[in-house]
Amino acid sequence: MHIADKFSKRPHDCGPLMLRYIFTRLGSFIPTFIGVTLISFMFIRVLPGDPIIVMAGERGMSEERYQEMVVKLGFDKPVIQQYWDYLTGVLQGDLGNSFVTKKPVWDEFFALFPATVELATCAMIFAIALGLPAGVIAAVNRGKFFDRALMSTALVGYSMPIFWWALLLIIVFSGNLGWTPVSGRLDLLYYFDDVTGFMLIDSVLSGQEGAFKSAVHHLVLPTIVLGTVPLAVIARQTRSAMLEVLGEDYIRTARAKGLSPTRINGVHALRNALIPVITVIGLSVGVLMGGAILTESIFSWPGIGKWMMDSIFRRDYPVVQGGLLLIAVIVMIVNLTVDLLYGVINPKIRKR
Amino acid sequence: MSLLRIRNLSVDFATASGQFRAVDGVDVTLEKGELLAIVGESGSGKSVSMLAVMGLLPWTATITADEMSFEGRDLTKITPRERRSIIGKDMAMIFQEPMSSLNPCFTVGFQIKEALRIHMGMDRATRNNRAVELFDQVGIPDAASRLNTFPHQMSGGMNQRVMIAMAIACNPKLLIADEPTTALDVTIQAQILDLLIRLRDEQDMGLVLITHDMGVVAETAERVSVQYAGQKVEEQPVKDLFRHPYHPYTSALLSALPERATSKILPTIPGVVPGQFDRPQGCLFSPRCQFADEKCAQTPPVPCGPEQGRALCHHVDAIEAGEMA
Repeated sequence: MHIADKFSKRPHDCGPLMLRYIFTRLGSFIPTFIGVTLISFMFIRVLPGDPIIVMAGERGMSEERYQEMVVKLGFDKPVIQQYWDYLTGVLQGDLGNSFVTKKPVWDEFFALFPATVELATCAMIFAIALGLPAGVIAAVNRGKFFDRALMSTALVGYSMPIFWWALLLIIVFSGNLGWTPVSGRLDLLYYFDDVTGFMLIDSVLSGQEGAFKSAVHHLVLPTIVLGTVPLAVIARQTRSAMLEVLGEDYIRTARAKGLSPTRINGVHALRNALIPVITVIGLSVGVLMGGAILTESIFSWPGIGKWMMDSIFRRDYPVVQGGLLLIAVIVMIVNLTVDLLYGVINPKIRKR
Repeated sequence: MSLLRIRNLSVDFATASGQFRAVDGVDVTLEKGELLAIVGESGSGKSVSMLAVMGLLPWTATITADEMSFEGRDLTKITPRERRSIIGKDMAMIFQEPMSSLNPCFTVGFQIKEALRIHMGMDRATRNNRAVELFDQVGIPDAASRLNTFPHQMSGGMNQRVMIAMAIACNPKLLIADEPTTALDVTIQAQILDLLIRLRDEQDMGLVLITHDMGVVAETAERVSVQYAGQKVEEQPVKDLFRHPYHPYTSALLSALPERATSKILPTIPGVVPGQFDRPQGCLFSPRCQFADEKCAQTPPVPCGPEQGRALCHHVDAIEAGEMA
């Protein structure tokens, strides 16, 4: 069933209402947006360390040159003035230039973004593909061995520090077994131009033998590391939502029709249980962005997570501010999409 | 061969505080095309005994029966797969709450066609035609476009019609209606009952009507089985039952009908159906019975003969003779 014809078939709960809802939600983005600019602006300036000193490196710089730089970067103005300049820039679509590379933050972001999207998407697919069925099976076998084993494993997965989990996997699978590479996105043997920025797609397009396999090998461990927490959350949420739905009258009706357990659980129950699951999936995207910073740093994955991490160490103010803002916007958009999905999954919710 | 034959059916639920017997030694027999009403207060085990027949009880329930057969097939011994090929096809059930008994995430058309696909193996076009035909049959106007609506977009009465259409989709031989009108407006109640009776006549199916409403029984049924606290206390043809109830519980139910009230104050039965912890030793109705004596409190009664409605009472003869006033 397509979203479009779902909204258009019935005149009383269709287009205009939906559009108004979207615009209301977009309107609520404005305060969040300004809040994020303010927080990211303050956050980086509260950190100890002077970007000019960091830029100068070990050789240091003369006092005159230092003052010159302070004026050039605008640090001589009052902080309020600096924030105002930054905010007006942002509203005009200018996130500033990196102190280190001198390139616009926008350009850097979009060059690195596909790598993060690729990793985050794989992690999410990994988490959903394992978490949903696991939660359903656990709910159906409530209280039995599988259920208990799965739920305690999920708790461990949820509580495990990401960096420690990553190191553990690297030691076992890269170090001891030698199955996967330790870092990067691709073996140095291969080289091809970016077409989409997604290594999995570009490697196939390049036609080079083994390139795709190499890309997959590099992806496996980061995907598992980044997907573990969402996997645990999704499995637990699916289980509890399923348990609630399985007690409903319409499940009894489905059984009275003589449907198979697979169909009852997988179609009739799961569809209803998806609402809370979709909610945590949406929220997990935020968690995923945070996790990406650690995961990318550990695996030297050239994405925005590593970029942010490096920029924090370099006190590269515009990059940290701009990166945080863009990540926040992405999380907001994902959550809006999730809200819209509710109505697609359960038409009853659309009535409001 | 009877359509449905149940001998000495008992259902126990495992609860946190021990075993609870919801159905206690119930017998039910139903012939093809017959209409049986099972009456009783809430908690008298009417629904549970029929859910046991359908195999829809939760895993906490233990079913024991000397015999429980449908068209000669032993329902206590069949595999889950065999059961699934019977329920929804030859044996169907509709429930009390039409609004919550339909899945809110799927169109009613999807839900009705689903049964047609798995049991009848019809192709898409045939299924669609049959669904429209069924909606017409149960009196849903504008059938073809109604197939695309969701349950929340229709009234309770319409949803119950959908439930009925779904239940009769595969021409069942037995239809169990579990309080099908309780959640509906009075005007709609009569329509739904008329519909059920009409379908029974048209398709010659056996119909079990579970209800707590004696008025519904009087209008529809042919044979009535009265249940109390999980036991069958009396069974008679409907006319005889209304003319001459043997069990004191049946008499009390009948005199609680507004139509039969002789004074301004409607007679009621004091107390409630006994639960897990206050189950009497002897006759289960004894704590609420105006005729109960020492014997009733101590010894469980045995059923009388068919000429006295198999009434489960020690004092049927004495009450009839007017000795127990």
